[in-house]
Amino acid sequence: MSLDTEKIRADFPILATQMRGQPLTYLDSAASAQKPRAVIEAISDFYSAHYANIHRGVYQLSAEATIAYESVRTRVARFIGAANPRELIFVRNATEAINLVARSWGETEIGRDDEIVLTHMEHHANIVPWQMLASRVGAKIRVAAVTDSGELDVEHLKSLLGPRTKLLAFAHVSNALGSINPVHELTALAREHGITTLVDGAQAAPHQPVDVDALGADFYALSGHKVFGPTGAGVLHGRLPLLESMPPFLGGGDMIESVSFEGTTFAPVPQKFEAGTPDIASVIGFGAAIDYLSEVGMDKIAAYEQSLLTYATERLEDLPGLRIVGTAKEKAAVISFVLENIHPHDIGTILDGCGVAIRAGHHCAQPLMDRMGVPATARASLSFYNNREDVDRLITALEKTQELFG
Amino acid sequence: MDDLRELYQATILGHNKKPRNFHVLEDATHQADGRNPLCGDALTLYARVNDSDIVEELAFQGTGCAISKASASLMTEFVKGKTLEEVHRDFERFHDLVTSPPGVEPDTSELGKLAVFSGVREYPVRVKCATLAWHALRSALEEGGETVKTE
Repeated sequence: MSLDTEKIRADFPILATQMRGQPLTYLDSAASAQKPRAVIEAISDFYSAHYANIHRGVYQLSAEATIAYESVRTRVARFIGAANPRELIFVRNATEAINLVARSWGETEIGRDDEIVLTHMEHHANIVPWQMLASRVGAKIRVAAVTDSGELDVEHLKSLLGPRTKLLAFAHVSNALGSINPVHELTALAREHGITTLVDGAQAAPHQPVDVDALGADFYALSGHKVFGPTGAGVLHGRLPLLESMPPFLGGGDMIESVSFEGTTFAPVPQKFEAGTPDIASVIGFGAAIDYLSEVGMDKIAAYEQSLLTYATERLEDLPGLRIVGTAKEKAAVISFVLENIHPHDIGTILDGCGVAIRAGHHCAQPLMDRMGVPATARASLSFYNNREDVDRLITALEKTQELFG
Repeated sequence: MDDLRELYQATILGHNKKPRNFHVLEDATHQADGRNPLCGDALTLYARVNDSDIVEELAFQGTGCAISKASASLMTEFVKGKTLEEVHRDFERFHDLVTSPPGVEPDTSELGKLAVFSGVREYPVRVKCATLAWHALRSALEEGGETVKTE
């Protein structure tokens, strides 16, 4: 299970560039992943030779664009283990996917005094849409605890599930700490109680194989830009009967069957949820990213990243004054840390000066930062295009940071 | 590293380590919270203004990066004893210092020690760190002290 990292790095043009006069060390893939040449060229090729609007033209170019667009749905379905491509709705990103469910399913199924169970490690994207829904319909948010090591407290979560619980929504992988949640166990638990589940898979899909059928969630959301595709395309996977029972999210062209001023009938799933001209080229690019990942192999990527994570964790732990925040047993290649007496924001700036791109701040997970007792952390997120030299450059830059701050 | 030393000058690092006037001001007449939602910086700014509109005493508390902490610390020293009008002028001068485009030499003649923040211009994302305390001060003095955000 080895990866030819040299070959892989050569596939990502940006990795050969510089930042502030230093070779770029990109350790912020959890914010957004870089793009392989295959994706960049697919977009360029689509605009250069195959572009037209989809689902409406009678001419060949439009028909071919439609086929290309719909074939991405089929390929993404295969990539995430969905039985039926119709279960996939193209959205802009995981945030939009969650908002779609909150608006469409949530407003139909969740009412006064119903309960929505979240976890303390959610990204704001899996908190705020539910808060907005709760305040509209008079529902309550309950929050499952996270342990000191950054793991979900499953026993506490169990104690929150009751007759009023309508939804359990949680991250597959924590964006801030890298903790991997036991999705299958949690969805099985929810099913016993007749509770619908939504899994925010934005941080899982870039690191490991995802099989939505095996995971058993009712809804699974992911962003294409985090799986090496362009910005502007993501997917919501939903179980077909649920999607069919849900009202549309946005109204407009492409999502209708017939329109008159007396009334409108809606197109079947998934078109019902895809109003207006979508980001066609980004979907095409998303497809190229999926093809690229399939060729490399997600199993290989996961194994390689785990060994890189172990190496990085060991090297970071050796730095005096550094503390890793989030030490779950099951982790994706994301490492949050703090340095004694140096604010993460200063770490981020000094690393930038050394050509090392990391994220510093609360990672859109303020409740989790509060829980872990830190105002912010520095976060290095690793991908399969990173290597040990990247980790070494991070360590050297952190040593310089400590030197500068004396 | 040279650019970084320009940003993180010894004065800034010193004030970060040992911020001045870093406490609650019990007899404050004005107070405001400043928050930088992007990076989680949060401080509370206290001021005591007398009947002649002179800012007699200033203090602050909170958590933040070296730039925001040192800026708050140096600001409290710099504006102590000044009139509200003078403080307002200082705010504008400091703002110009950290936001003037690179290449344009900023006028630091009236800014004393605050000139050490001229390196912030090269790091636009850090401008909000440097100005957080100043926004909180202005809010405390002029707007009755609501939480201000720099983003």
